[in-house]
Amino acid sequence: MLKIKNLHASIEGKEILRGIDLEVKAGEVHAIMGPNGSGKSTLASVLAGREDYEVTEGEVEFKGQNLLDLAAEERAREGVFLAFQYPVEIPGVTTTNFMKTAINQIREHRGQEPLDAVSFLSLMKEKMKLVEIDQSLLSRALNEGFSGGEKKRNEIFQMAMLEPTLSILDETDSGLDIDALRIVSDGVNKLKTKENASIVVTHYQRLLEHIVPDYVHVLYKGKIVKSGSKELALELEEKGYDWLKEDAIA
Amino acid sequence: MSDIREQLDSFFVENFQQFEEQLNGESALPVHSKRKSAIDAFKAAGFPAAKNEEYKYTDVAKAFKKLINFEDLSDGTIALSIDEAAKYFIPEMDAIRLVFVNGDFNAGLSDIQDLPEGLTIMPLKDAYTKEDESFNKHFASYKNEGLDSFSELNTAFAEGGVFIKIARNKVIKKPIACYFFNDCKNGVVISQPRNLIVAEQNSQSTVLESFVTLGEHASFTNTVSEIVVEQDAHCQYYKLQEESEKAIHVGGTEVNQIGKCVFTAATFTFSGGLMRNNLNIAMHQEHSEANMYGLYLIDGKSHVDNHTVVDHLKPNCESNELYKGIIDGKANAVFNGKIFVREDAQKTNAFQSNRNVLLSDDAEVNTKPQLEIWADDVQCSHGCTVGQLDEDQLFYLRARGLDEKSAKALLLNAFASDVLTQVKNDAFRSYIEHKIAERLQNN
Repeated sequence: MLKIKNLHASIEGKEILRGIDLEVKAGEVHAIMGPNGSGKSTLASVLAGREDYEVTEGEVEFKGQNLLDLAAEERAREGVFLAFQYPVEIPGVTTTNFMKTAINQIREHRGQEPLDAVSFLSLMKEKMKLVEIDQSLLSRALNEGFSGGEKKRNEIFQMAMLEPTLSILDETDSGLDIDALRIVSDGVNKLKTKENASIVVTHYQRLLEHIVPDYVHVLYKGKIVKSGSKELALELEEKGYDWLKEDAIA
Repeated sequence: MSDIREQLDSFFVENFQQFEEQLNGESALPVHSKRKSAIDAFKAAGFPAAKNEEYKYTDVAKAFKKLINFEDLSDGTIALSIDEAAKYFIPEMDAIRLVFVNGDFNAGLSDIQDLPEGLTIMPLKDAYTKEDESFNKHFASYKNEGLDSFSELNTAFAEGGVFIKIARNKVIKKPIACYFFNDCKNGVVISQPRNLIVAEQNSQSTVLESFVTLGEHASFTNTVSEIVVEQDAHCQYYKLQEESEKAIHVGGTEVNQIGKCVFTAATFTFSGGLMRNNLNIAMHQEHSEANMYGLYLIDGKSHVDNHTVVDHLKPNCESNELYKGIIDGKANAVFNGKIFVREDAQKTNAFQSNRNVLLSDDAEVNTKPQLEIWADDVQCSHGCTVGQLDEDQLFYLRARGLDEKSAKALLLNAFASDVLTQVKNDAFRSYIEHKIAERLQNN
């Protein structure tokens, strides 16, 4: 589904990603771990199409297309979803209102008829239940005055609505208490199918107790320095990142 | 440049002499002594000079020089049909409709049959020739802060507008919609409509003023509406501007809240060459409330200047002000909001905010809040912002599949929404929403 080859990216002339190679197949969950500043969030942003980053080298193929040729909205319509580390607040725009616009633009892209009001509402209800989110939250201005947990839950709700092929969860666990973490992870697990895949970016192993990865990759100074099974996460939790840094240098 | 000002001053002074010569017997009426003192005040001040602080960014004389050729003045023939005029009426609005053409009330195009009980609408000329008591009491009787030489000029030529009176205790449900057309199809039009609106004690009313220019030639409108709001009355006032790029508009809305009452103004500007709105409110009694809202959504080379003054003369009054602007192309916006809190006006609450979004590199905004406070126990706040659309918000929406245009439209609609929610008339609000959507689609 996703093939990243030798990806280099920089921002304002500063190179952050220095040759990433990664392949994600349908049905898989990949965790990307690493210390602060290793490039985890940059990778998530580059995949989602944020224009602040310049890709200087490498390729990204998504479902057979060159992902890097597509604008952010085209990537979303093709099935890429980024759950933001810091979801933005948008005063005056309700989640409901904006989801309706998003879904219908995605449907149009896929040659489908727009959803009528009734079908949209029933879809909303179904997904609200799935991620345990309250109607009142969705009628409010997007993320405005939301707690950290509410913002992240809203991200997962949007993910449920848009049914992406590839979800990238950028530090979805940061700032969440254990209950919020459980609700958010349950949502992600319920959305998992054989056809879709996830990249879970996190600093801590704790999230991976809830969202169990098939592969764990360690990112350090813009490169994947180690890959392994879920046990690697436990090892990292125990030993920290320093031993890998030494490995990387050696 | 001094030439153009002198030319304009003498043009209007000469016009006044001609106007006076045509008056038969009217010159003995009280209205005329007010006109004469107004022309004297205009002569003394004249068109604002470039160094005039209040017109620093809005040089009306210069716009005259650029746009108006006095050789091309319209001969005064009017060929505006009801069908053509109707294109500019707010759709689905069940209103009491008043139409003015080139500054004069036009009964034929208006719809003022079967006025509700308690509502008086009469041409200004009838009001002053009959020496209506209420008219004489209120007409040009107040000297609001912010009243300038354009208002004086308008008073000097007061003739063609209407006098509207909402009687005591009456609730007029239908909005009173006033459409001002400058019909510039066969030449330049200079018009100076003048209205007086008196909302008597405990009455409720909504007044809309819509300004439209038709045709290819240039237009100058110097309009004044005086609004007097009495004890316990509620008055909503909407102003809408959709004028041509060759139109100059100077508009004074002179409001006097003479009893404890509520007055709300909302001003919407979508186009025009040079649009200057002076909204001057004086609060003469305790416990009054004044609300001022505005939205300007302009592009091309439009210039729009909103100057507001709220004068807190007595204690325990509240004023709220929110103006928002979306400026594209080479358009230029000015906001100047003055709040006076007089020595007597303790416990005043006054809030002001002006927020702007620039959509292009050539768009410009000059915004200036001005607070003059003599009382010591007051709550006042003001703030202004000028910025672009937030890139993070745009990216967020695009990352969910919205194309850039829809994402921008969604953000701009959201930006405008808190001004729109202040419009209580559904038909008018729908119209404004439609205008915004149409404009954002074309971006």
